[in-house]
Amino acid sequence: MANLTSTFVGIKSPNPFWLASAPPTDKEYNVRRAFEAGWGGVVWKTLGEAGPPVVNVNGPRYGAIWGADRRLLGLNNIELITDRPLEVNLREMKAVKRDYPDRALIASLMVPCVEEAWKTILPLVEETGADGIELNCGCPHGMSERGMGAAVGQNPDLIEQITRWCKQYTRMPVIVKLTPNITDVRLPARAALRGGADAVSLINTINSITSVDLDDFAPEPSIDGKGTHGGYCGPAVKPIALNMVAEIARDAETRGLPISGIGGVTTWRDAAEFLSLGAGNVQVCTAAMTYGFGIIKEMTAGLSLWMDRKGLSSVEAVVGRAVPNVTDWQYLNLNYVTKAKIDQDKCISCGRCYAACEDTSHQAIWMKPGRVFEVNDAECVACNLCVNVCPVEDCITMEKVAPGALDERTGKVVPAEHGDWTAHPNNPMARAAE
Amino acid sequence: MTNSPQTDGIVAGRLDDATLAAHFDDLYPILDDHEARVAADRCYFCHDAPCITACPTAIDIPLFIRQIQTGQPDGAARTILSQNILGAMCARVCPTETLCEGACVRNEAEGNPVEIGRLQRYATDGLLLANEHPFARAPETGKTVAVIGAGPAGLSAAHRLAMLGHAVTLYDTRTKAGGLNEYGIAAYKAANGIAQAEVDWLLRIGGITVKTGQALGAGLTLDGLKATHDAVFLGIGLAGVNALNVPGEDLPAVQDAVDFIETLRQTGDKASLPIGRHVVVIGGGMTAVDAAVQSRLLGAEHVSIVYRRDRGAMSASDYELDHAATEGVSILTNAMPVAISAAGVTFAYTRSGPNGLEKTGETFTLKADQVFKAIGQTLKGQPDALKTQGGKIVIDAAGRTSVTGVWAGGDCATGGEDLTVTAVAQGRDAALDIHRALCP
Ligand SMILES: Cc1cc2nc3c(=O)[nH]c(=O)nc-3n(C[C@H](O)[C@H](O)[C@H](O)COP(=O)(O)OP(=O)(O)OC[C@H]3O[C@@H](n4cnc5c(N)ncnc54)[C@H](O)[C@@H]3O)c2cc1C
Ligand SMILES: Cc1cc2nc3c(=O)[nH]c(=O)nc-3n(C[C@H](O)[C@H](O)[C@H](O)COP(=O)(O)O)c2cc1C
Ligand code: SF4
Ligand code: SF4
Ligand code: SF4
Repeated sequence: MANLTSTFVGIKSPNPFWLASAPPTDKEYNVRRAFEAGWGGVVWKTLGEAGPPVVNVNGPRYGAIWGADRRLLGLNNIELITDRPLEVNLREMKAVKRDYPDRALIASLMVPCVEEAWKTILPLVEETGADGIELNCGCPHGMSERGMGAAVGQNPDLIEQITRWCKQYTRMPVIVKLTPNITDVRLPARAALRGGADAVSLINTINSITSVDLDDFAPEPSIDGKGTHGGYCGPAVKPIALNMVAEIARDAETRGLPISGIGGVTTWRDAAEFLSLGAGNVQVCTAAMTYGFGIIKEMTAGLSLWMDRKGLSSVEAVVGRAVPNVTDWQYLNLNYVTKAKIDQDKCISCGRCYAACEDTSHQAIWMKPGRVFEVNDAECVACNLCVNVCPVEDCITMEKVAPGALDERTGKVVPAEHGDWTAHPNNPMARAAE
Repeated sequence: MTNSPQTDGIVAGRLDDATLAAHFDDLYPILDDHEARVAADRCYFCHDAPCITACPTAIDIPLFIRQIQTGQPDGAARTILSQNILGAMCARVCPTETLCEGACVRNEAEGNPVEIGRLQRYATDGLLLANEHPFARAPETGKTVAVIGAGPAGLSAAHRLAMLGHAVTLYDTRTKAGGLNEYGIAAYKAANGIAQAEVDWLLRIGGITVKTGQALGAGLTLDGLKATHDAVFLGIGLAGVNALNVPGEDLPAVQDAVDFIETLRQTGDKASLPIGRHVVVIGGGMTAVDAAVQSRLLGAEHVSIVYRRDRGAMSASDYELDHAATEGVSILTNAMPVAISAAGVTFAYTRSGPNGLEKTGETFTLKADQVFKAIGQTLKGQPDALKTQGGKIVIDAAGRTSVTGVWAGGDCATGGEDLTVTAVAQGRDAALDIHRALCP
């Protein structure tokens, strides 16, 4: 059986699944149950300064979008950091860590951008026995209005500064949690690295309005007729998170910087994808909030089974395996030609592929008598839209046209050698290739 | 309750009121909002959807299901009713397994179609129960049309004609409009007075004068109607019944199934209806199934359907036959009646031979204190001037008969199966053609 134990910036956990800093980790009761269920670690719900804690709204704090059968696809929240007193959280963290020494326990922190604030809180956290800290530079609502969270995460200089303070005032590993609400995630990641961060974690939630109440004309979740943007998470944000993780993993400056992957991890497969794109472990929030802690069993069993099948014996063996294959568009092989192919045995004749291709793409699918759908290779540009809209998995596949064979669309023979945009005759910047 | 299923003879009150009420309530209750959303989510919004093609009225099914999905069942109802004004009744009575649902691609996908019928009911019942009529009449055209027969065909034609601005007089020989919706369809498919509610709701379009108790052939003549109206539509259904021609057929315990069903539909207090302990139904269609099932529901102890050919030749669908079997009806095939007596019905076994059906020579007798004949309805009372074929008034694709100015549709006319939905489609299409003829 594959070994799922994980060592992330020196922090050990029995598996690479941590609960992200959020309601599931906001109190001892939850975290004990999470550990009993099998979670490898938790990032405790973000702690603020000592003194009167923040307050949350008392109306709804979540909005959502759903797929078919009301499956939750995206969740948005306007919750702030923990609204429980610092001492209570610290006491509970200490008790939990004492009882579960083999699990990772990370403290998520967000205090004002002044040295004194960080210097004050760090020893208190250290005293709980926590394994590390995560700097919340990502909360996109409420806290950012007060100059914290995403307001810091959007300013690389501030990230570098607070990271430096933390490295200076604690021995604990420092993970900097990044916001996706920026245009180029590599800049804050580089700043964290310059500040001495041991790792980055991403993504935090994305600015969003999930829906509008069409009776009150107010954004949801609506509080007494008014709404504000919230932070978006769940399955819908996974593609954005995967890209940002990959960008950091393959950046010349940040390459090798450990990454904790967050955003839409819902199944073992999502986790395997994050790991292969360079994440050293993953954090989960929405999936747990949707289905409860029990999903960890599918995640660990699934990852382990998949690794066994692949002959990958450790988590480290998975990490980064896909990174070399992430490249820029200009290096993609334009001589790689595929054609859609419909498996007539699997086809249920719904005609969605036809509607999609005929109305919005390349008119490359024939609808023949008896509702038989076939691809016209002379028109198919291999866009993949039909594959994506077909309700039956693996019914339409992309078949490679072998080098040397004719591409019926272009009337040209498919070349065997790689050929990309950098050398393409239509590229004005092409470096002359013979 | 003085009697039980075991009481001999033909007696009333075999079951208590509560049981009877449950038996004759909706076979399938309406989907609730959640069930409807779950069911609607399964529709793939197919291109040129095969379910539309399979619906005789060609309702845009993917569109109406999408409207349910997006939270607008009333919009869905409009989509349905614009094609099929009796969409609420059709949602209850259509043999969907052989029509729309039979064609749904999800049969191919996972052997389980989208529940189109139940979704249709979910959408249409909303408007119907709110008695909200969604259509308005066009300005009066000054043209008048006589519609004979207020069954599904006549109602559909009348509504479309009225909507297009014509003045319609709707004649029916019976005391209530609705045709077999009111007098024939199984009670548990048309529970809670839906047939009359639908007629009342339909008439809210205006421009339709209903004249009941008026029969073509007994008072009304085709020539007279033609003289006083700009067009005539006939939707007179099949008012006659076939005879068995076996000895004992005229015993009092032998009855036409349609008459039994009609009485049953018109009787509110089901406990007052007499029914045999041993009931034999002869026939193989929907009428036979409905008579047999409703006999069981009234408390008959033993009910058999006996059909002269094999099961595959029965016109009742597998679904209907399975339902009958579930209700405890025995289904016997390859047996034809040769004599009826007070003791029971004697049948001869049959097989198919070179010259059609032949008797094997063996016979058996089924105990019966009540016998229902359900061997088919026939055209009756049609004007002689009209050309008929195979016992139906001949019509073309637009519903025109052989006589100029006269259209026909539904069970009395050629084309399509004898179904409520086919009658609605033919009535609607004839109305459109009448409109084209009157207002070119
Ligand atoms: C027992 C039974 C169960 C059925 N179950 C189903 C079912 O579950 N699903 C389904 O789709 N179909 C079912 N059908 C068939 C369906 O009821 C018919 O196909 C449909 O009603 C035909 O409509 P129509 O308007 O042509 O005729 P009808 O409904 O028969 O209406 C004809 C009308 O014309 C009137 N009329 C007749 N002669 C004259 C005259 N001379 N002058 C004036 N008025 C006249 C009648 O009183 C009647 O109101 C069933 C039929 C029967 C008998
Ligand atoms: C209700 C809620 C509250 C959250 N609170 C915090 C927080 O206090 N600190 C933090 O760093 N992230 C917080 N997050 C962000 C999550 O930790 C995580 O980064 C994000 O939800 C993406 O992961 P997911 O798609 O698995 O949910 C919160 C998320 C939710 C849904
Ligand atoms: S999830 Fe619990 S706390 Fe939240 S609204 Fe529902 S009942 Fe209340
Ligand atoms: S979308 Fe898929 S199932 Fe539907 S017709 Fe096309 S190939 Fe067949
Ligand atoms: S065939 Fe089935 S899935 Fe397709 S549109 Fe019709 S109901 Fe929907």
